[in-house]
Amino acid sequence: MHEMAICESIRGILEEEAARQDFRKVGRVCLEIGRLSAVEVEALKFGFDVVMRGSLAGDARLEIVETEGRAWCMPCGQSVPIAARFDPCPDCGSHQLQVTGGEEMKIRELEVS
Amino acid sequence: MSQARMVKLEKDILSKNNEYADANRKMFAERGVLALNLVSSPGSGKTTLLCRTIDALRGKLPIAVIEGDQQTSSDADRIRATGAPAIQVNTGKGCHLDAHMVGHAADHLDLAEGGLLLVENVGNLVCPAGFDLGEAHKVVVLSITEGEDKPLKYPDMFAAADLMLLNKTDLLPHLDFDVEACIANARKVNPRIKVLRVSARTGEGMSDWTAWIGAARAMALTGHPLAAELKGAA
Ligand SMILES: Nc1nc2c(ncn2[C@@H]2O[C@H](COP(=O)(O)OP(=O)(O)O)[C@@H](O)[C@H]2O)c(=O)[nH]1
Ligand SMILES: [Mg+2]
Ligand SMILES: [Zn+2]
Repeated sequence: MHEMAICESIRGILEEEAARQDFRKVGRVCLEIGRLSAVEVEALKFGFDVVMRGSLAGDARLEIVETEGRAWCMPCGQSVPIAARFDPCPDCGSHQLQVTGGEEMKIRELEVS
Repeated sequence: MSQARMVKLEKDILSKNNEYADANRKMFAERGVLALNLVSSPGSGKTTLLCRTIDALRGKLPIAVIEGDQQTSSDADRIRATGAPAIQVNTGKGCHLDAHMVGHAADHLDLAEGGLLLVENVGNLVCPAGFDLGEAHKVVVLSITEGEDKPLKYPDMFAAADLMLLNKTDLLPHLDFDVEACIANARKVNPRIKVLRVSARTGEGMSDWTAWIGAARAMALTGHPLAAELKGAA
């Protein structure tokens, strides 16, 4: 769904950075995508190729590092792993959780020339 | 051909949208405008609810509406029929409003100081969750014809919302919708979410919803010169 819009944002950032950091081509894009970020990684890969076609990143390789979902369990007072937002605490079963990790949607680094 | 090199970025992919959202938020705060972002799947009753809300608050505070839609302008026409200023933003293929579109639309609306801005997002329970518009609150509208499992199917939207309006309660006698199960599902993804039951058809629960708007407006006006006026009027 909004993976296309995300790819367009990435393209915009690449074009801006190219002007600012003086490069013409992007050979590799490394993203950090959290497992709770609602981004479908397969759809993102597909959208990336479509959106980058004809741009400075037309031949770029896409690398995605997925980060785990984590939350703070209020009853337990500890950080716990979660696979989805509606998951209970794996220790005490509570839903009083505050998500602390896994929502990332970042461009980590680029290989440019 | 120049040498390849690495560039560290560590940049949020939606950073552009977030910058526009911050600018919108600042502009709303300066004008003392309470901005609400209404999100739902298509047909849950957002436009009907907005028309009814405008009627309920008529004469109490200035209201303006931004209507997000992929194609048509019929929702904005429905809002204008109530007398409130409305602007249609057609997102075309885009499945959500973004902060840049909303900033533009707000400029055109010439928002009144201390007023209420209601944004009807594109009918979609996925994409609008990730796009901050600079609003004070996301309000998710779920109609009881959609099923009580929706908060678990679209957890990001229910996690992003501060209030859930369970709409079309007039249909409860005709359906086997389990209200308590639905609320429990919403609280699994968002323990802090508030819930109100409303019917945009019969008007049931509308006074609770307008009371919530009043409280949210008082919060939005904290520290603003208009807060004193509001207090005088209450
Ligand atoms: N029975 C009932 N129907 C409603 C209610 N609210 C909206 N509707 C109907 O639901 C349909 C979709 O409403 P609309 O406001 O266009 O939904 P939107 O797509 O979310 O803007 C219309 O036929 C409305 O008349 C309600 O509270 N009860
Ligand atoms: Mg509508
Ligand atoms: Zn726990």
